[in-house]
Amino acid sequence: MVLQLFEGKKIRFAAFDADRDAEIFAKWTNDPTYLRLVDHEPARPLSPYHIKKRFEEMEKEAGHALYYFVIRTQADDRVIGFAHIFWIEWNHGNAHFNMGIGSPDDRRQGMGSQAIEMILRYAFEELNLYRLTVFTFEYNTGAQKFLAKHGFQLEVRRREAIYRDGRYWDALTYGILADEWRAKNPAEDTAQ
Amino acid sequence: MNQNLYTGKLTRLDAASPDAMGQAYAKWSRDTEFMQLWDTEAPMLRDVKKTQEWFTSQEERHRHGSYNFMIRTLADDHLIGMTSLFDANTAHHNAWVAIGIGERDYWGKGYGTDAMNLILAFGFLELNLHRVNLFTFSINPRAIRSYEKVGFVHEGVIRQAMRRYGKRGDFVSMGILRSEWERIQNA
Repeated sequence: MVLQLFEGKKIRFAAFDADRDAEIFAKWTNDPTYLRLVDHEPARPLSPYHIKKRFEEMEKEAGHALYYFVIRTQADDRVIGFAHIFWIEWNHGNAHFNMGIGSPDDRRQGMGSQAIEMILRYAFEELNLYRLTVFTFEYNTGAQKFLAKHGFQLEVRRREAIYRDGRYWDALTYGILADEWRAKNPAEDTAQ
Repeated sequence: MNQNLYTGKLTRLDAASPDAMGQAYAKWSRDTEFMQLWDTEAPMLRDVKKTQEWFTSQEERHRHGSYNFMIRTLADDHLIGMTSLFDANTAHHNAWVAIGIGERDYWGKGYGTDAMNLILAFGFLELNLHRVNLFTFSINPRAIRSYEKVGFVHEGVIRQAMRRYGKRGDFVSMGILRSEWERIQNA
């Protein structure tokens, strides 16, 4: 069996290429709707320069507390998003995960599903983590359905922790244990 | 109106000095039980000087949105612990709180609860927070009881997120809203 961690049918995981990829990541930061789905920080447009700086900072932790990937399409090799495993606590086998598909045009085509399956497999089969944690928000019902569909359980509801559009929303934490994932993925290769 | 925000019934909050904290924390670090209840990291031993340097660097790193205090007893001004509000000043009006009583002779006697009341008052009255979050561990029932007493509400657990000596435990997530805190103050 040839193990393919970074190749899916529709997408693949790639390294961040500062010269080619900074532009598109910068473009997404001009879309507050997208930013609200993936982050609690106030929206702030970033230039390709800022994006490169951020990735340089991330690279300092990469391979230790952080593993990060750029998501590219197989069809035309476009960058469509990111997938990160971060805050890894090796002594407990615990880590956080987040991902995003930057453009609405690239969503609802199964590419996000493929990416999360690949990140789960990477987390549990390659990093040998015990569990994975992900944050989302009460108003992001799409993410809640998506996470439930991929085996995550709602674990924590921090009441009224997010303020958007004049009201408070709950911050949600979802989690999945390696055993739960393994029970559903006994075979060699699920992402293909 | 509270005349002195930093003085409670048993304790007071004092400005965090890297020198004093370093001195105390280097000693508390040798208490493995305390370190396991305090943090998820593997306990690390550092000498006093290194620990003081670490606290100095933390002051630099967390200048924004971080409010660190030392906990002293009112009776004899003994430095017994530390507490901080961190990741404050967000657009969402909430912050995280951490508290640790390093001097184990003061465990289970209300000192931590008293200091927590002080830092919550600081968060709600001075920072105008809407809520305060905290994480603790299922292996620390004493802390959980103290937080419940102060008014924190259980909001869920990060299942089996901790492994200590072969046994798995949960991260316990708790929170208190400003409205809940105010109700308790006025009761």
